[in-house]
Amino acid sequence: MVGVVTKMTKSVMRSKKTIYLYLVILAIAIAYTINSVSTVAVAASSITFGLPLAMAAMVGIMCERTGVVNIGIEGTLLTSSFFGFFVAALSQNLIWGLIAAIASGAATGLLLALLTVSWKMDQIIAGTIVNILATGLTSFFYKQGYSLPAIFPRWSIPGLAEIPFLGRVLFQSGPITYFGLIFILVLYFAIYHTPWGLRTRAIGEHPSSADTSGISVLRIKYTNVVIAGAFGGLTGAYLTLELVGSFDRGFSAGKGFTALAIMIFGRWNPIGALLAAVFFGFAQALANQLMIDGLVNIPGPFINMLPYVLTIVVLAFSAGKVRGPAAAGQPYEREKA
Amino acid sequence: MATLLQVKNLTKSFGSVIANNNISFEVNAGEIVALLGENGAGKSTLVKSVFGLLRPDQGEIYIDGKQMAPGDTAAVIASGVGMVHQHFQLVPVMSVTENIILGDEPKDGIFISIKKAEKKVRALSEKFGLAVDPTANIEDLPVGMQQRVEILKALSKDVRLLIFDEPTAVLTPQETDELILVIKNLAQLGVGVIVITHKLREVMALADRVVVLRDGKVVGTTTPKQSDEAGLAQMMVGRNVVLEVSKGAANPGQPVLSVKGLEVFDDRKLLAVKGVDLQVRSGEILGIAGVEGNGQRELVEAICGMRVRAKGEVLVGGMGTKDMHPHAVHEAGLSHIPEDREKHGLVSSYSIADNLILNRFDQQPFARGWFRNMSAIKKNADLLVKKFDIRTTSPAALASALSGGNKQKVVIARELSQDLQVLVAAQPTRGVDVGSIEFIHKQLIAARDGGAGVLLVSAELDEIISLSDRIAVMSGGIIVATIDNKNADRDYLGRLMAGLSA
Repeated sequence: MVGVVTKMTKSVMRSKKTIYLYLVILAIAIAYTINSVSTVAVAASSITFGLPLAMAAMVGIMCERTGVVNIGIEGTLLTSSFFGFFVAALSQNLIWGLIAAIASGAATGLLLALLTVSWKMDQIIAGTIVNILATGLTSFFYKQGYSLPAIFPRWSIPGLAEIPFLGRVLFQSGPITYFGLIFILVLYFAIYHTPWGLRTRAIGEHPSSADTSGISVLRIKYTNVVIAGAFGGLTGAYLTLELVGSFDRGFSAGKGFTALAIMIFGRWNPIGALLAAVFFGFAQALANQLMIDGLVNIPGPFINMLPYVLTIVVLAFSAGKVRGPAAAGQPYEREKA
Repeated sequence: MATLLQVKNLTKSFGSVIANNNISFEVNAGEIVALLGENGAGKSTLVKSVFGLLRPDQGEIYIDGKQMAPGDTAAVIASGVGMVHQHFQLVPVMSVTENIILGDEPKDGIFISIKKAEKKVRALSEKFGLAVDPTANIEDLPVGMQQRVEILKALSKDVRLLIFDEPTAVLTPQETDELILVIKNLAQLGVGVIVITHKLREVMALADRVVVLRDGKVVGTTTPKQSDEAGLAQMMVGRNVVLEVSKGAANPGQPVLSVKGLEVFDDRKLLAVKGVDLQVRSGEILGIAGVEGNGQRELVEAICGMRVRAKGEVLVGGMGTKDMHPHAVHEAGLSHIPEDREKHGLVSSYSIADNLILNRFDQQPFARGWFRNMSAIKKNADLLVKKFDIRTTSPAALASALSGGNKQKVVIARELSQDLQVLVAAQPTRGVDVGSIEFIHKQLIAARDGGAGVLLVSAELDEIISLSDRIAVMSGGIIVATIDNKNADRDYLGRLMAGLSA
């Protein structure tokens, strides 16, 4: 009985999702017919603006799925873009910068794991520590006057890059973009279809059930939080070494917090978060384009406000309705006696 | 018979408390061993050490003659030991199959093969005669079914020794009987079984051998044939225990609690109480018998003001209590021993003294204007701790430090230490040891003899029969029959509870 109902709901959901997909495609097609240049530009910028948010949201998903609330994503982004930029600038080599960004991101993950998993510190405070440490370190050691030799070049994928619309939007991007998108897809399958994913989700929901099944809760938590940190490092590298090419104090500009909203909006599902992030990116890209085309005249600060306003709106509407991993935020301790 | 498990001189302490003191016992293949003891006797600590969830301070554990490294759960599971935990170790949002395969997932390449997994679950469920729907989500299943999943999860790993930690604590009488059959069946298949319990009837029905623990030590080993319930109770508590409740005839007076046409919705917004009328008179105990989940919880919560009433009225001492807040209903003269003492009965992070005045903290003499009167609170606590035999180092200790039975005594002390017209007692002895049960029963009868009307709701049919003056049977949200206790008969009540017309 329950099974039948679930199946029916699922098929309705599936058809609903398909309808939304068709509507989006239809809207893009209409816009493309009316003004192909602007449409391509908006779509491409949606990905550009959305990708770092999506990638940062993956950090949050990997951590919360294992029961660790990570509000230190902002710190991870800031630290890794700092190290990515300065190592690349000093060595005049982007690859060293990339490695430094990933390593420093992983280090913030390791710090968070140490504080929350081993020392069982309050996870919000631990995340705040990561953030404050990142702000302090990167401001203190920041020096003006350095520059990168170049940024990561765009790679056109032969064949695919020639597809109208999609080619320009998706297949003429930088290496980190490709890797990030692939990682998000892989993470999706890994979470829902591999033993690692099942164990991870079990730990995020009910850690003692994993522990009593002979799974090392500690090891999986550590692994996931550190890998998430490394991926956050890659996100930082994307920002400095592929997208912007420079670094400033407070460079991450709240993206790590917006990512948490996106994680919730996407219901802790990598694909959901990717779509949510592209939606955030789209809102910003659209506003930018409307201004460039002279169709509307919105003062710049209001456009820059958009991600934060959207974050508030999304959280206001989804709060209380979505259910995250049940054990997120609680340190795991074996019951005594 | 081959010895499956051998525990030698195991000692485990938490701080200054010795939970297990030099314990030795063994389990053979195909044998059912009951570990019997009061709450806090060290049963759970012992099996958790065996299962590798705790690291013993001293002692050795052998499985099949092979010594186990302490605290290595994975190795213990690999040598064929399974455990059915008291608090189910299941992930509520996952399916039956996902829960069963967790930790040992059948794969197709790098992905989990859900098909293989479901086939495995079906095969298991057929082999042991435990029917489940592999695709159902745990949170949608009733407790008895969840336990079945927990058992299958343990059996899925080629188990030769299965440990049940208080398996019947959350089960209805029917589910308990079913479980006893399941356990006996497993033993016949050659599985060694350890059952932790403090319920004597189950031990008698189930065990081949009984190991009795008290204060962390083995105080004796016996068999159901060599002993009886009274003997086991005495070993367990260390003194004579009166299992039969002795009470005088009731002396009922005026109705003090009247429920008329009450309808109540449950959490899922389904009608759970479908028009209940009942009356409790002063000086009598009205017992409500029924399989759990037939509206008793909603009925009690609605009476006490904890749940919105869809229709009908509740009169306490002749006074309507419509839209009253639980505290106001309490002021009207109704005391409540809630079913879930952790959630509704106590604040675990408060001291025992504070818990004893939770419902009167703002009244004389415990409050003087805006300030609390600490000396009155302490005096009250000292008095009640003594009178209700609450076993604690100090009334200033936190409630969370008490054992289940003593926590319940705190709730009962608080609710009974004032003038009351009506007492609503929901599952008052759940998860409580034999010694405390005896005490709690005496207190309920004392409240009755003091002129209160007592509404007793319990899933333990024996408790209902031995305490009540009248028995109302609840099934499917209605009272199907109300009978005088003189006419009570287990079979007859059981049929009514099952919803069959007697």
